[in-house]
Amino acid sequence: MEENQKPNHEKLDEGIDFGVSRLTPEKIEAAINAVFNRETGARFRAYVETCIHCGLCADACHFYLSRDKDPRFSPAGKVKQTVWPMLKAKGKVDAEMIRQAARIAHTECNLCKRCAIYCPFGIDIAYLMSMVRRVIHKLGATPLYLQDTAHSHAATMNQMWVKGDEWIDTLQWQEEEARAEFPSLRIPLEVEGADIMYSVIAPEPKFQAQLIYQMAAIMHTAGVRWTMPATMGWDNSDMAMFSGDNEIMGRIKRAHFDTAARLRVKRIVMGECGHAFRSVYDMGNRWLGWARPPIPIVHAIEFYYELLKSGRLRIARKYEKPVTLHDPCNVSRGAGLHEMARYVADQICEQVVEMHPNREYNYCCAAGGGVINCGPPFKNTRVLGNKIKAEQLFDAKSRGAQTMIAPCHNCHSGLHDIVHHYEVGLEIKFFGDIIYECMEKE
Amino acid sequence: MHALYEWVAGPLTWVAFAVFVIGLVFRLVQVLVMVRKTEPFIFTYMSWKFSLRSIGRWLVPFATLRWRTSPVMTVATFAFHLCLLVTPVFVLSHIVLWDEAWGVQWWALPDAVADVMTVVVIAGCLFFAGRRIVRREVRFLTDASDYFLLALTAAPFVTGFLAYHQVTQGAGMTIAHMISGQVLLAAIPFTRLRHMLLGWLTRAYMGSEFGGVRRARDY
Repeated sequence: MEENQKPNHEKLDEGIDFGVSRLTPEKIEAAINAVFNRETGARFRAYVETCIHCGLCADACHFYLSRDKDPRFSPAGKVKQTVWPMLKAKGKVDAEMIRQAARIAHTECNLCKRCAIYCPFGIDIAYLMSMVRRVIHKLGATPLYLQDTAHSHAATMNQMWVKGDEWIDTLQWQEEEARAEFPSLRIPLEVEGADIMYSVIAPEPKFQAQLIYQMAAIMHTAGVRWTMPATMGWDNSDMAMFSGDNEIMGRIKRAHFDTAARLRVKRIVMGECGHAFRSVYDMGNRWLGWARPPIPIVHAIEFYYELLKSGRLRIARKYEKPVTLHDPCNVSRGAGLHEMARYVADQICEQVVEMHPNREYNYCCAAGGGVINCGPPFKNTRVLGNKIKAEQLFDAKSRGAQTMIAPCHNCHSGLHDIVHHYEVGLEIKFFGDIIYECMEKE
Repeated sequence: MHALYEWVAGPLTWVAFAVFVIGLVFRLVQVLVMVRKTEPFIFTYMSWKFSLRSIGRWLVPFATLRWRTSPVMTVATFAFHLCLLVTPVFVLSHIVLWDEAWGVQWWALPDAVADVMTVVVIAGCLFFAGRRIVRREVRFLTDASDYFLLALTAAPFVTGFLAYHQVTQGAGMTIAHMISGQVLLAAIPFTRLRHMLLGWLTRAYMGSEFGGVRRARDY
């Protein structure tokens, strides 16, 4: 329990520690009051003033459940350690408090909103935590790795410093590879008036190019009129959304939507990513003043659902190993795609073993919400902080599951670390991996 | 003593009800004006259908995941809140006062039932207080204000119970009962007891978000 109360001199994170070292009481007060008094409003006040301190949110949180029910990891407990003192002191808190707030809001909360469905009043604690992150951002004390990602977004409009020519090169490389298997396959660039613009997150061209290959194979086989942009705006990810840098978040989303508008496509289809989806239907669109995405956006799960349901894509032989399905927060609790995900899983796999809890109630992967993007300094925080997930996976495995489908990049990477650390022994796949493997080709 | 009784039962009651009603109306207007000024997008997402779906679910014991996973708390909180709201309105001695003052009457609870319901409210306060002491996750969130609110809530019921059973001589306990009830009413708009009002709004907003945007259950 005490390990969490790190002594003041101990290093937390280069970005946080350096940022905090430059703080003055005046800067802290100004940033807190700017965010809490001017950037928030009725919602923030109502959430704080309605909370009756009942603690019913605690059992929702994977960090709390995994840390022997240490109350400091409960959702309201995190609010108590961050928002309450900031409000009570009207911003007059010390730098150490900011340092601890950065740790809590950035690395011990995934903004997964499971607690929002545990609170009888529907208090959105993830929103409160994101406002704390906004304060931390204004104070320049964001964790180093996450800030680097936000810088990459600002400079290149993608998450991973992928340069313009590298992007096109990667697509052409994957096209060339795929033409060995599908001789007439193209990855169409800049096709104005195509039905679909396909967008991905930057880790795909950076180090998971096979995912682009697979989607190209699926598009080709299903006969979809699709295109990808050759300009910036191809990256749908948005880590600035999680670093509290709303201004950059908005720029990234605008570039993405603008690119689709320039290509005059009917819809945007995005790959198997959760947070990118959140950024277009929930946060980025609202920052830009759109109640809904200005161009219809379809997550890969829904896209696969359409292709399978309409018969445009047929499965030659179902995936044989029993699978279990992890519902990512941003596509199930966040966007209600869990039943479509089950339809897809049933269509492509012989047997689906449910993990419990599932659907909206599923436990978070502990990687999302920008936590995995805080990098190596906090890997243990999220892996040890999600023992409950390992137990949930062991249970599914004990009922036969051998493969886990995780249709989200953050979940995928986070679950990989959990499966590895706790030696769960489940293979992890995207829907696309299995569809590509099992579909009828040509 | 009689003059004091007259004063508490008369003007002070008016003041208490006025503060309660005007205070809550003020809070409601305040929050709506603030939404309009700072976050008008909230109105864009609000949906009667999904607000009522969410509120309806949460008003039924065991109809939400959270109510099902905390059965003791569920029974306690529903019994407590039901008795807390129903007893003062339907207890016979209150109706007599309304009748004497304004000549209005309505159905009254049998005294024995009202007595039991009063005990339920007091027991509920003790349960919540005990929970704050025993459960780590609740203790961590608890400060003096939480016990103060429980005491504030229990006081009119404890004094009412004692006055009804005439444990003490004279009108002292009745006056204490009235004053504690008036303080409780007047405190609602200015303490976290205002969850009585705001709780519906936050629930409705979350219900609308989950139903309309997120297409998922929030219960």
